[in-house]
Amino acid sequence: MPDQLLYAIEVSLNGLMAGIMYSLVALGFVLIFKASGIFNYAQGVLALFAALTLVGLQQGQIPFSHVINAIFGTDLHSFGWTLPSVVAIALTALVMVGMAWLIERLVLKHLVNQEPIILFMATIGLAYFLEGLGDVMWGADIKKLDVGLPQGINETIDAVTFNAFGYGFFIDNLDIIAAFVAAALVLSLTLFSQYTKYGRALRAVADDHQAALSVGISLRFIWVLVWSIAGFVALVAGIMWGSKSGVQFSLSLIALKALPVLMLGGFTSIPGAIVGGLIIGMGEKLFEFFAGPLIGGATENWFAYVLALLFLVFRPQGLFGEKIIERV
Amino acid sequence: MLYREAGDFKTSYVKDSQTFPIKADRMAYFALLAVAFGVVPFLINDYWANAVFVPFLIYAIAAIGLNILTGYCGQVSLGTGGFMAVGAYAVYKLMTTFPDVPILIHVLLAGGVTAIVGVLFGLPSLRIKGFYLAVATLAAQFFLVWLFNKVPWFYNYSASGQITAPERTMFGIAVTGASTPAWAKYLFCLVILVALAWLARNLTRGMIGRKWMAIRDMDIAAEIIGVNPLTTKLSAFAVSSFFIGVSGALFFAVYLGAAEVGEAFGINKSFLILFMVIIGGLGSMFGSFAGAAFLVLLPVLLKNVLVGGLGWPTDLAAHIELMIVGGLIIVFLILEPHGLAQLWRVAKEKLRLWPFPH
Amino acid sequence: MTTDEGYMTADGRKIGGVLMEMKNITLRFGGVKAITDISFDIREGEIRAIIGPNGAGKSSMLNVISGFYVPQEGEVWFRGKKRAPMKPYEVARQGIARTFQNIALFEGMSVLDNIMTGRLTLMQAGLASQALWWGAAQREETAHREKVEKIIDFLEIQHIRKTPVGRLPYGLKKRVELARALAAEPKLLLLDEPMAGMNVEEKEDMCRFILDVNDEFGTTIALIEHDMGVVMDLSDRVVVMDYGKKIGDGPPEEVRANPEVIRAYLGVEHA
Repeated sequence: MPDQLLYAIEVSLNGLMAGIMYSLVALGFVLIFKASGIFNYAQGVLALFAALTLVGLQQGQIPFSHVINAIFGTDLHSFGWTLPSVVAIALTALVMVGMAWLIERLVLKHLVNQEPIILFMATIGLAYFLEGLGDVMWGADIKKLDVGLPQGINETIDAVTFNAFGYGFFIDNLDIIAAFVAAALVLSLTLFSQYTKYGRALRAVADDHQAALSVGISLRFIWVLVWSIAGFVALVAGIMWGSKSGVQFSLSLIALKALPVLMLGGFTSIPGAIVGGLIIGMGEKLFEFFAGPLIGGATENWFAYVLALLFLVFRPQGLFGEKIIERV
Repeated sequence: MLYREAGDFKTSYVKDSQTFPIKADRMAYFALLAVAFGVVPFLINDYWANAVFVPFLIYAIAAIGLNILTGYCGQVSLGTGGFMAVGAYAVYKLMTTFPDVPILIHVLLAGGVTAIVGVLFGLPSLRIKGFYLAVATLAAQFFLVWLFNKVPWFYNYSASGQITAPERTMFGIAVTGASTPAWAKYLFCLVILVALAWLARNLTRGMIGRKWMAIRDMDIAAEIIGVNPLTTKLSAFAVSSFFIGVSGALFFAVYLGAAEVGEAFGINKSFLILFMVIIGGLGSMFGSFAGAAFLVLLPVLLKNVLVGGLGWPTDLAAHIELMIVGGLIIVFLILEPHGLAQLWRVAKEKLRLWPFPH
Repeated sequence: MTTDEGYMTADGRKIGGVLMEMKNITLRFGGVKAITDISFDIREGEIRAIIGPNGAGKSSMLNVISGFYVPQEGEVWFRGKKRAPMKPYEVARQGIARTFQNIALFEGMSVLDNIMTGRLTLMQAGLASQALWWGAAQREETAHREKVEKIIDFLEIQHIRKTPVGRLPYGLKKRVELARALAAEPKLLLLDEPMAGMNVEEKEDMCRFILDVNDEFGTTIALIEHDMGVVMDLSDRVVVMDYGKKIGDGPPEEVRANPEVIRAYLGVEHA
């Protein structure tokens, strides 16, 4: 096989893997959008916040130590312990549930029945707030996240492809794990929403708030539930992204990429989130590979958005969305 | 008792549709203009110009622009930073290519260029609505920033990739470049702001403004009573982008002097202007000013209190500012979706009746 | 009785020639037929009612007339010309105005601004002239404001002129919507259930306004209404629809006696 083709295949495989990472963030968006019609811009920042909290707890950092030090002139930094990864992850999950509860209490409850665009802007405000809070709580320096996931080149794939084509593919172990985790997440979310009482309630709320209320489903409980699940999904995404490229502010910007993923896949479709992520991931890597060198590179910054924009002009409801019929 | 409309009779429809229907408001408005033009320029120094006045004037132009698009026409845009960059790079290319043409003309032309780009990115708005459109405008934001970063022609092949404003004068006085006096920066921006605000006010109270609002409130009904959705939305994109382009041109040429596109016109700029419009009040001219003033003053105030007063580190103050701004956005959306402008209206309503309760 | 040149009504008004003619209209949504092969005409100066049970396709018919839906089959003729498929705003510019079943006012604007939007098809000042608020634009604004004030007087809503529409009660909103449609000085006025949800008093007011509009401005009116008493009193001729088909067409008293219509409204007697 010609080298160029082999590179292209390797690039698209890596693109698919990156796409799965986007899908992980997009999943959180879809969950919240389905259950409450809220387009949660803060999903990416939730992932950042989860990752920051995880690192902080794991390394025994004292929350708000910067503020405390600034006010009292102390020099506090750390409790001096390190927690095992599993414990830290469980605690972070609890923090995310608490966060979901607070968000429902302080924000969503007061914005019921507002227009979608108002809710969208509220989540932008939430994103800013959480970003500031994460930094104030845990400090803004770049942190390394290590929960014991294997990283680096997968030797087996490298060896197998080298023997087959005379060129070893570089696939990161972490990406492979992310793919499995994403599959497991989608499977368990599907099972949850299809076969449990709360899953059914969730689908009822997604279909029609008023009707769900009238048969005795607690809207507020469902919202807390769905934001908790979204918080958990954010935690998973945060672990994957954080292990890959460190925990830092740019993580929430990478998460912005989930938006074009959703525009492609449709806001209400879980398979759409996955397929959209794969298309975007592969598309931007291939575009950079072929067109990047000709037009100056770094096309990943905008490719996803422009692709989504062009796509939407021709199919405004996304790949899997239903056709919109307008009425008067 | 002093602030009232009783006895202030309107004898013509022209008088009835004027900007400040109440006499006391008109007086206050003229007084404010008199201070802005007659007093401030003589007192202003570099600190006040750079920290407060010039950014306020420039952001107010951008906020009016975004308010026309989002507040009046209902099309949410997250591409404001990118459009400001178009204005900045357009004015840079114009200034360096035609050094002898007056800078004011360049600034207005830069607005025109931005209007064209804005219309181009506004075209999808006919098919895409709501937050789909908001996300689509992110395409403009990221693509434009990338373009100005990667195509050397835009920054005249400078080694640093930065653009730097050369000195240009109006009536023999420098308004751009390093040696510009503070009062000249201030006056130049003030004149442009006042003129543009007046144009925007006329547009929003006339038929085009009603068409924008009709599209915002119910686009289907608007089309059935005769509003052409394409031309109406595109006119909003054009006018809005013109304002934002002028603001970007001033931001670079007068305020910053030198700029790197990702830093000066990144996504955070888009959000900053959007927040000004939300906090100030969607669909209100007064709100655009109030929002710009609020978000220019807030960081200055926080910095003075936390860093200057309490001696906290600057980065901590910056993070707390993020929390406050984000929190305020939520508070405003919950308590007063019409922003500071509505608070002001309510206060005036009370004042009009004072000292009687009803 | 009815000729090409029109006819005389019982109360002695002269009805003119055909203003709008629907020929063999069929409208489908996917596989569902909303309207099947319907033809009827609307004559100049007439008050024409479309009645029928829920889901009969009345509103769809109005939407076809105002260009919001494009029928798969059939022709729409307006003022003696066959109408090419056009956008709703182009239809509005031809002189067809309407109100909506679920009020479609611009909630964020004042009553005055809402009614002024009705005149936008008649105003011409360009963007630049509006921006400067000088000369043509200001004169035009004032001239049209005078016309709008006449309509405000006519519909007796002077007191709420500057009120934001969102704050008005239902009955007044309906009236403001009628004002907006009238402001366009339409050749043909479409009213979609103008009296739905009103009490008797409000209905009487609305009836009076509709008759006055027809009488004073000579506006042709096509309306959908459920209240049979109102329809029989107001209209000159009635089209009856059921399940997307036309089952009756003629003066009220004739339609009322039509056995098909009685069956549609009262149900079939099962033997």
